[in-house]
Amino acid sequence: MALQQSQQQKPSAAEAKTANTSIPNAARNPSNDEPNKKRNATRREVLPAGIVGTEGMNTVEREIPADEPPALKVNSSLAVIGRSTPRLDGRLKVTGKARYTADVRLPGMLFAQVVTSRYPHARIRSIDTSLAERAPGVRAVYVLDRVLGNAELRDKSKELPAKFPIVRFAGQPIAAVAATTQAEADDAARLFKVEYEPLPFVVDEDEARKKDAPLVFPGAADQGGTAGGGGGPQGVTQEGNVRGPVKSGPRGRPAGDINRGFAEAEVTVEGEFRTQVQTHSALETHGVVADWKEDGLTVYASTQGTSSVRDEFAAIFKLKKSQVRVVTEFMGGGFGAKFGAGNVGVIAAQLSKKAGAPVRLMLTRKDEHLSVGNRPSSIQKLRVGAKRDGTLTAIHLFSYGTAGTGTGAGAGGPAQNMYKCPNILTEEADVFTHAGPAAAFRAPGHPQGCFALEQTIDELAEKLGIDPVALRDRIDESPARREERRLGAERIGWSRRRRAGSDTGPVKRGLGVAQSIWYRFVNMDSACEVRVTQDGSVEILSGVQDIGGGIRTVLAQVVAEELGLKASDITVRIGDTAYPAGPASGGSVTTGSITPAARNAAFKVKQQFLEEVASALGTMPEYLKLGGGQVAVFDRNPNWSDGDRQGRSYKAAPIKSLSFRQAASRLKTEQIAARASRSDDYEKSRATYGGVQFAEVAVDTETGVIKVERVVAVHDCGRPMNPLTVESQINGGVLQGISYALYEDRILDRNTGLMVNPNLEQYKIVGSRETPRIEAILIEEYTGRSSTDAGGIGEPATIPTAAAVANAVYNATGVRVREMPMTPARVLAALQSARGKGGVRS
Amino acid sequence: MNRFEWTDAATVHEAISQLNGRAVVKAGGVDLLDRLKEGLEAPQRLVNIRNIRGLDRIEEGKDGLRIGPLVTLARLSEDKLVLERYTALAQAAGRAATPQIRNMATAGGNLLQRPRCWYFRQEEFHCRRKGGERCFALDGENQYHAIFDNQLCAIVHPSALAVPLMAFGARVVLTGSKGAREVELERFFVTPEQDIMRENIIAPDELITEIKVPRLQPATRSFYIKQGEKESFDWPVADVCAVLQTKGNVCLKASIVLGAAAPVPWRASKAEASLAGKVINEQSAREAARLSMEGATPLAQNRYKLAVFEAIVRRAILRQASS
Ligand SMILES: Cc1cc2nc3c(=O)[nH]c(=O)nc-3n(C[C@H](O)[C@H](O)[C@H](O)COP(=O)(O)OP(=O)(O)OC[C@H]3O[C@@H](n4cnc5c(N)ncnc54)[C@H](O)[C@@H]3O)c2cc1C
Repeated sequence: MALQQSQQQKPSAAEAKTANTSIPNAARNPSNDEPNKKRNATRREVLPAGIVGTEGMNTVEREIPADEPPALKVNSSLAVIGRSTPRLDGRLKVTGKARYTADVRLPGMLFAQVVTSRYPHARIRSIDTSLAERAPGVRAVYVLDRVLGNAELRDKSKELPAKFPIVRFAGQPIAAVAATTQAEADDAARLFKVEYEPLPFVVDEDEARKKDAPLVFPGAADQGGTAGGGGGPQGVTQEGNVRGPVKSGPRGRPAGDINRGFAEAEVTVEGEFRTQVQTHSALETHGVVADWKEDGLTVYASTQGTSSVRDEFAAIFKLKKSQVRVVTEFMGGGFGAKFGAGNVGVIAAQLSKKAGAPVRLMLTRKDEHLSVGNRPSSIQKLRVGAKRDGTLTAIHLFSYGTAGTGTGAGAGGPAQNMYKCPNILTEEADVFTHAGPAAAFRAPGHPQGCFALEQTIDELAEKLGIDPVALRDRIDESPARREERRLGAERIGWSRRRRAGSDTGPVKRGLGVAQSIWYRFVNMDSACEVRVTQDGSVEILSGVQDIGGGIRTVLAQVVAEELGLKASDITVRIGDTAYPAGPASGGSVTTGSITPAARNAAFKVKQQFLEEVASALGTMPEYLKLGGGQVAVFDRNPNWSDGDRQGRSYKAAPIKSLSFRQAASRLKTEQIAARASRSDDYEKSRATYGGVQFAEVAVDTETGVIKVERVVAVHDCGRPMNPLTVESQINGGVLQGISYALYEDRILDRNTGLMVNPNLEQYKIVGSRETPRIEAILIEEYTGRSSTDAGGIGEPATIPTAAAVANAVYNATGVRVREMPMTPARVLAALQSARGKGGVRS
Repeated sequence: MNRFEWTDAATVHEAISQLNGRAVVKAGGVDLLDRLKEGLEAPQRLVNIRNIRGLDRIEEGKDGLRIGPLVTLARLSEDKLVLERYTALAQAAGRAATPQIRNMATAGGNLLQRPRCWYFRQEEFHCRRKGGERCFALDGENQYHAIFDNQLCAIVHPSALAVPLMAFGARVVLTGSKGAREVELERFFVTPEQDIMRENIIAPDELITEIKVPRLQPATRSFYIKQGEKESFDWPVADVCAVLQTKGNVCLKASIVLGAAAPVPWRASKAEASLAGKVINEQSAREAARLSMEGATPLAQNRYKLAVFEAIVRRAILRQASS
């Protein structure tokens, strides 16, 4: 599909994701590919650089577009940016007034329900819709002629032609119905008569690898990515259900020669690690309200990408992009699975077209688990070689994983990129199974990769007799993580850590550490408009959507900082493709991508504002200063801070001051507005984000229950724009990480291929009583890359948690649990087998 | 979910008179609503008993404790009398489900809720308990299933209250069109061999109108432990109630019942016998715990439950010695 082709070329998480791919160079700008394009004027600017509070803190000079604002000072010198600012929409949310997609009600709106397959693999012989069509309230039925999300055969002739899409997983959508009430739609959905020819299936990745396993695809198959990643590379060799392995290393190619690396090693550690399939389980399920009209389509969507949804609708329905409008006022979570129109969107739009009325389709929780994405499983064999002093000589990862009917189950990112090592090879293979296709999920491949890598580094440290934090100081080149280790170790009291398995009672406590790595991506389709009206009100508009991270509030902060106002003074209108283009929120790009555009636009409108106000006051714009909701008027330029001739600095005192509102009333016209997009990063070398998490756990060795008691999470994200929402992201990342480590598991019945726990009761998720004390610590790292120098936090925050917990479990018990979720059954089995070898004290 | 009629019954008699055809009783509705939504049942009428007066009392009389079927789990868990005398019952009520659910869920509904087996609960699996041919758990995903009496159907009985109530030797009063009868809880629940389609012997036109817990012998203490994979919003993988009558530190009589172990609340008779006349200490508790698992027939994925049970049985016994 055209959309996916183009998305793949973007510097999205797609590239970081998984089987195979290299980590992209940071921020690849389409304009890079056009060296002939006329370059705009530039100027030199000195920006803060380094980590605040460390010796490395300094400045850096960059060449930046001449029309961009001056360097933004470090947070401590700012009034609004960098200050913890409660969400502007917090009240609306907690009082239930925020309008989510599920809350949208349009006049004449119909309700839809989907008919899904109850077989994991089947040909559909016939579909009889007549009963459903005649059911009370029914206004339209629709039978899918194509299923999005599954990989597709490269050579379609390998499969017998079929009248209906072949069913490749239980829960695959087949048809749908729209009726005047939800109850009627639900009832009617039961009246479709679908005649199946069930085919052999396989849902277990170990079984699927066997020679005689039923085939998911009778030939090689590929899956495209989305704006949030997902989908492995195209054209990979495939044998049976196994696709790949794809060999890669840091930035793409394998590095060095691992055989030589292992030959040089004085110590080698290796192990096999397994991780489960996790579903996104966002509180708001996938859903849209589609309103098809003669002149175009309006879609209210629960999405992470208003623009990517619009693009896919336009492509599928052959509409101009200008004829499709996508609105996402509030969004109840996506975690990577909500970037496109998807089957849900297509079904609703088709039904709306047929019925001539808006159609609402919100998936049930069960369909949400089954059909709209998950984090692939992994089986990772990891081997690491090192010198006695800890220097790494070789890293070799071989992994299998299943993305169901999708691709991209690799887990190699951390092994490729976290540590300095001359010889690195990752080999990642996808295993097709008859299960719902994976989708990008909060740091694709990375939590699973860290579970293996960080436990192996822990083992290496023990084998070398080096403290795990000290070993990382030797092999990790990131200055940010070095500082994070120092801060985190101090906060958790790392010096309390004892030898593994020191506790003598049945409940044993331990400490563990693990690290995160993520990459700076920038989405260039990031634009904002800022308006100032004569009554002093200020608005910012952008297509960007707030998926819960808090960008709504951050945009207000940026504009407020520039105009000398408070964040709450700014009206933020976002989540609508009718506004200037916003980035899709995947790959932790949102804040880093959109805030420079917001600042640039605010800066532009400020210049116009000052000019008009100065001319009305009969002075010069440079003599005006915005701050504290006031416009101060000076008799000289107040920014000349270099003092008088004698070297004494003086404080210019304003000769008068008027409120922002009074000043705005002097504007020549009712409203002034400026629009700006983002320029390419000032510096384009590769950049990463990371974090270090320390976990303290208690393991009941008699019941096998692990309790995480405390997590200290130290992270960097460039300039923390709103520490409060950054901390919220870290809290969420840690909780989702604990949930992944200990509880969540999509369990498929081996005999029928059906999911046995498609709800939120038996699909277990961390709850209030499992919430440990979480301490988030932020470091402020400046790299002079944009007019805000902001980065991302959403994904890095969840990457290391499961690994930190696993290392703490080892420290507590002296036994490694190499398989997730670390349930009582697995913990007891690990303890049992260690006891057999005389390994555990009780 | 199907359409149904709704009747608000004001008296027990009125409720019973409505219980004909495809009518079902609705108390808190927590379990019933789930079953309707999942499409497991399609009753014609719901008879709401929530507003019947007098069924929500907790009283102590000469012969023991009387609990009305509409007493909520939340109230049971906080009731002073229950907490002091029938500690394990308050503990079980207070650990079940979640605070919101405990506010709605009733004692009667808790005893009569249907199993939580993930095959039973999904419409797609036509299992034996629903009149089908097979038990999908036996060779399927059985990590949370029964370790005793699991040859025909491997559900575990879901009720937390049943565990201490059975350990206390409670009885239920069943009132139907033909009058009232009193049944020991021990005989109230039925095994798959007795009737695979049901978990108890209540008739379609009967209500539980009272739960009677006999007066405790002097120096009797009780303790309940629920062990789940997590504490919030989860079911036990194992739970246990131990009621011990002691003299000094010698156990005169023990009553030990396991939950989440079998299709019915499971009395650990060998463990009980082993404690009688013994000093309660680590060794005797450990031996009783071991015996509580004797005869277990774990399935492919639930052997770990034996270790969990052994741990909590031992702990429940020792907790009372120390309290
Ligand atoms: C997430 C979750 C976790 C849970 N965890 C636990 C747990 O750990 N332990 C536990 O025990 N339970 C647990 N539960 C279940 C919950 O406790 C029960 O669903 C609840 O107790 C049922 O009570 P109710 O009053 O709502 O019953 P209802 O749903 O009203 O009724 C249940 C059944 O009993 C019948 N009935 C009710 N009262 C009478 C009566 N007086 N006479 C005759 N028939 C009657 C109804 O017809 C129905 O069939 C959990 C539930 C959820 C959703």
